[in-house]
Amino acid sequence: MIRLDNLTKVFDTPKGAVTAADHISMEVPSGEICILLGPSGCGKTTTLKMINRIVRPTSGKVFINGEDTSSLDTQDLRRNIGYVIQQIGLFPNMTIEENITVVPKLLGWDKAKYRERAREMMRMIAMEPDAFLKRYPSELSGGQQQRIGVARALAADPPVMLMDEPFGAIDPINRAVIQDEFLKMQQELNKTIMFVSHDIDEAIKMGDRIAIFREGKLVQYSEPDELLAAPKNDFVESFLGEDRALKRLNLVKIRDLASEEIGLVRPDDTLATALQRIESYGYVNSIVMVNDKRQPVGIINAAVARTTHGHCRDHYQSVPVVVTLDDDLRKVASLMFAHDMTWVPCVDDDGRIVGQITQRAITHHLGSRYRAHSKGEDNAKAAEASPSPAIKE
Amino acid sequence: MPTLNLAGAGRLLVLVAVFLAGIWSQSSGMIDDFIFYLPDVHYLVVQHLWLTLMSGGLAIVVAIPLGILLSRPSMARVAESMMQVLNVGTTIPTLAVLALSMSFLGIGTVPAVFGLFVATLLPIARNTYTGLKGVNPALKEAAAGIGMSPTQRLLRVELPNALYVIFAGIRTALAINIGTVPLAFLIGAGGLGELIFTGIDLYDPVMMLSGAIPTALLAVVVDMLIAITAFLLVPRGVNPSRA
Repeated sequence: MIRLDNLTKVFDTPKGAVTAADHISMEVPSGEICILLGPSGCGKTTTLKMINRIVRPTSGKVFINGEDTSSLDTQDLRRNIGYVIQQIGLFPNMTIEENITVVPKLLGWDKAKYRERAREMMRMIAMEPDAFLKRYPSELSGGQQQRIGVARALAADPPVMLMDEPFGAIDPINRAVIQDEFLKMQQELNKTIMFVSHDIDEAIKMGDRIAIFREGKLVQYSEPDELLAAPKNDFVESFLGEDRALKRLNLVKIRDLASEEIGLVRPDDTLATALQRIESYGYVNSIVMVNDKRQPVGIINAAVARTTHGHCRDHYQSVPVVVTLDDDLRKVASLMFAHDMTWVPCVDDDGRIVGQITQRAITHHLGSRYRAHSKGEDNAKAAEASPSPAIKE
Repeated sequence: MPTLNLAGAGRLLVLVAVFLAGIWSQSSGMIDDFIFYLPDVHYLVVQHLWLTLMSGGLAIVVAIPLGILLSRPSMARVAESMMQVLNVGTTIPTLAVLALSMSFLGIGTVPAVFGLFVATLLPIARNTYTGLKGVNPALKEAAAGIGMSPTQRLLRVELPNALYVIFAGIRTALAINIGTVPLAFLIGAGGLGELIFTGIDLYDPVMMLSGAIPTALLAVVVDMLIAITAFLLVPRGVNPSRA
């Protein structure tokens, strides 16, 4: 757990005092990633760097796991905090192994232990220990270097990590890969992480909580879905962007909105039955045909069913799309637009149909929070207090 | 193929030229003259190297800590003006420095070593300073953020990364040093300058060359030795010649 208590930094510049961070108070619960987000010069990096005293606070306190860090020696404090910076900062004069084992050596681990730890870290970041440990940073790509940067920060197993735009200098494709890897690692490691970013999409993807900064002040501190649904003021709203409703699609899994009720036909059903089901379920264009195991094998077109007689098994087309319950809404929305569908069948891990997700369910979910927010302050607070119920159609 | 033939012809031509030069120097008695100076050359080379070793060694021992000291953040305000002072120190011609040190310290080895020391100091101090200042700030921040003490940062991160530049300074400085030692003869410190200047005065080319050629060879050999030391000492990851 990291707790900041009225943390303030005033820089003396020739033009006078500049308040870079103004009475920042916040708390990051153990095992969560908190993203500090804001435009440049908003104080997010200063706030982060005050935690490990790269920047000395003018006033205020930092508590880590309940302990006031001002009583700790600076070096001891830093050795127990993982630190990753945007410029990576691997030491080019040291091999990868030496880079990873820097902190364990500073902490006085014995040789066998820290060498084994280096191998363990390499496996954790999915890089072959024998191929890389003896190489130098200059021989690695940017993405590989930042993986090593993360490994170095994690080597001594610190409970807390500070990351200053760690993936900012990596190309978009590699960045997404590293972000995913990092999230996977975090699921096992459960570190308490402060993470500076200026990228709203990264913040939504990585953060359990997001803190929005502006001109040295903490403007809003909430969970990503809450932030997107109920931005506190115009600044936050404009910073999140006009498309913030679409950004929320990333945060919701199909599992939360899928309906178990879905109209299906079997190969032995007649086209007349199919047409009747299409109408009774409100599908405009088509209906899914499944086999005995409830696996989708095709779709029956409404136009075909209307004009032809016979059995479904003789008149089906291939299934355009299915989604799994763990996909996010963004994928579904994209598929719906691409295939001009108002609903998409959902399948489980064995490929069996378990339900459907409809466009209505998605718009309803996105809309309900906005409506709650716009009804007035009281209602908005009530909505914030209770998590939004998953809407079942 | 024509280029290969041309190169072959060139090599042959050089061989012939060397052979003819050998015949000429043998027949004109030059070789014998050189052999006549051999004991002198031997004695003076040792003296020459001794002067270089003392002044150069002293300069390294003083200049590197000086460069390190000036590169510390607490010295940032005075560092550049100190460097300017050292710069002015180098603008003074070495001969003038030797003359000045002679007028204060008399003649002999001590003023010569002092003069050479002053001339050698700056390139090493300057390169140590710029080398350390040039270490990527991200490395220093990473080193600090990881929990290294200032001394650990200097020894494990800053110096290894500046070492290549520091060695370049030592190379330049010692090349200047060896080339300047002959001047030390003028204030009575000996060295190969003895043969060079006496040879000039007596208009004796063989005597002059017996001093000049070993001086040139010494400069090349010392330069190579330092290059090899740098090659071995600078960590592989930051060593351009081992990339």
